[in-house]
Amino acid sequence: MGKYEPVLLRSVGVADSRTLAVYQSRGGYAGARKALTQMSSEEVIEEVKRANLRGRGGAGFPAGVKWTFLPKDRTRTYLCVNGDESEPPTFSNRVLMEHDPHQLIEGVIIAGYATKAQVAYIYLRVEFHEQFHHMQTAVDEAYAAGILGKNIFGSGYDLDVYVHRGAGAYVCGEETGLIESLEGKRGWPRIKPPFPAIEGLFRKPTVVNNVETLCNLPHIIERGADWFLGVGPQGSSGPKLFCVSGPVKRPGCYESPMDITCEELIMSDKFGRGMTDGAKVKAVFPGGISMGVLSADELGMKMDFDDPRNFGLLGLGTAAAVVVNTDTDIREVLRNLARFYALESCGQCTQCRMGTSWMYRIAQRIALGAGRLEDLDLFEEVSGRMGMMPGLSICGLPDGATFPLRGLIQKFRGEFEEHIRNQAPGRADELLTVLN
Amino acid sequence: MAWKTLDRTEPVYDKDAPVVLSEAVRRKIESYFPRYETKRAVLLPALHVVQESLGHVSWKAMAEVAEILEIPPSDVLDTISFYTHFWTKPKGRKVITVCRSISCELMGGREMLDAVKAKLGIGEHETTPDGEYSLVTEECLAGCDHAPCMLINERLHKNVRLEDVEKILADLENDRIDAQRSDLYDAPDEPEAGQSGDDAADATSDVAEMKAAD
Repeated sequence: MGKYEPVLLRSVGVADSRTLAVYQSRGGYAGARKALTQMSSEEVIEEVKRANLRGRGGAGFPAGVKWTFLPKDRTRTYLCVNGDESEPPTFSNRVLMEHDPHQLIEGVIIAGYATKAQVAYIYLRVEFHEQFHHMQTAVDEAYAAGILGKNIFGSGYDLDVYVHRGAGAYVCGEETGLIESLEGKRGWPRIKPPFPAIEGLFRKPTVVNNVETLCNLPHIIERGADWFLGVGPQGSSGPKLFCVSGPVKRPGCYESPMDITCEELIMSDKFGRGMTDGAKVKAVFPGGISMGVLSADELGMKMDFDDPRNFGLLGLGTAAAVVVNTDTDIREVLRNLARFYALESCGQCTQCRMGTSWMYRIAQRIALGAGRLEDLDLFEEVSGRMGMMPGLSICGLPDGATFPLRGLIQKFRGEFEEHIRNQAPGRADELLTVLN
Repeated sequence: MAWKTLDRTEPVYDKDAPVVLSEAVRRKIESYFPRYETKRAVLLPALHVVQESLGHVSWKAMAEVAEILEIPPSDVLDTISFYTHFWTKPKGRKVITVCRSISCELMGGREMLDAVKAKLGIGEHETTPDGEYSLVTEECLAGCDHAPCMLINERLHKNVRLEDVEKILADLENDRIDAQRSDLYDAPDEPEAGQSGDDAADATSDVAEMKAAD
């Protein structure tokens, strides 16, 4: 296989890549110009559908198909760009906005045109300070150049783009949570149906797309769906960003077709370059923490949309891997993850609000050296009784909690049992103060 | 975040205070109106501007925001108590946000947090006596390739080693970012000191300001 030429990250390392002048000098906005001046909205949707661009935000739902759910007779449409990137350990959207904000704006224009949206909101998590300034500066530049606003490229299409900042909430990355947050409310996900395509922001038809998904659009329009289908394996075509972090030699965000394995992502010289200090891999969370966990003998998993299911994972997720080495106490990993979900549960659904808290308490007890063997069964029982999959919750957050936490217990049960058998007696007394 | 937020449950109860939002802040909040279909949607931008301007969002500030947006004050409290970013009581001039998610923890984030605590002599959700720093922890800051990391106001400090902590905290510019900034969410410039009015500005000037902001 020849050397892969990056598409989404092509501007990384280019001087002043954030500016409109540099973006345009490298062929920028040609895709949006082509879409708006040579194609109808329907043709754009058709091309994106044919490319089978699957959503990069986590669920992998085809973007073009999502757009077709909009009612035909609508008069007002909103486009929301999901830049809430809060899934540990994901940072690919950050990299895209840092190095190439105009690529995102071009994707927004194309998606806006395809969905006939009048207004697009780029929802950024508040912790993205630098990225907010980069995005807002780029939006200002685009307005000044007539690329946003009225009659874009002389096509008669008008689009206003506003950058909207969140205020710190994981659940606002869920599309209806994001919509509620945009409306100035708590980021509480909505009961579906109605889906956002029918009744979304301000109760109007709304499309929510991830930053990376939209960044693919200029390239699909410019090079055609056939090019996109030719990149990577069938069913998981197109360029994809992968993140790798933890104790690896070269943590970072890398672009590749989805034909690599998890092991390559960690070990290959093109990506993570192996573990630091000669340590060995104990566990990997390959798709952001919420998709689940792989043990060291499962690293042959392909990083595409389909193979993760064969390993008991929820899906590809955000394709951001965090590696845990053999020096790490698995109980601390469990505790860290359990805390995340307990604190980030929005609290609407009782079994998620209470279930994540119970799991955190059990994880704390185990980590503090006062675990009981029956805690492991209790943990599995609690995690099996929450989420959308048993049909109990409004959004997927509890499912995202279940997969990594239950996966840890199941795949590393022997290790947990060993810790519990070997723990010093008497720790249980200290717990009352910690757990309350 | 979530159903349980620290620090945000006991707002400074300054009910009888005089008007706290200046005319410039009010105008800036109103300048967001054309961007959204409802006034309520301006709530997060408004709270950002109020917090930038006053340092925190007190009871009175919430009530005044509610009045501008024509929503009940309880709706403002409802929203504000959900998000970790907003402070309802005074915070330090700089807020240190230490990431404690999995990548940072694996790379020494806990030790980094302990070093910051030791250096400042405060715990989580506390403010130094001189009002310079407040310390909080947050879940993933999306800087995992540079773990462990922490934010000081706008600036993300990356790959923080324990021996760097002291130097970072001693740096007076440790919260400045080296990039072109947008003032869209900043506190507005105050034309005259300590003066504020009760009347909302007329709609036409808002649109003009709005265009200027774009």
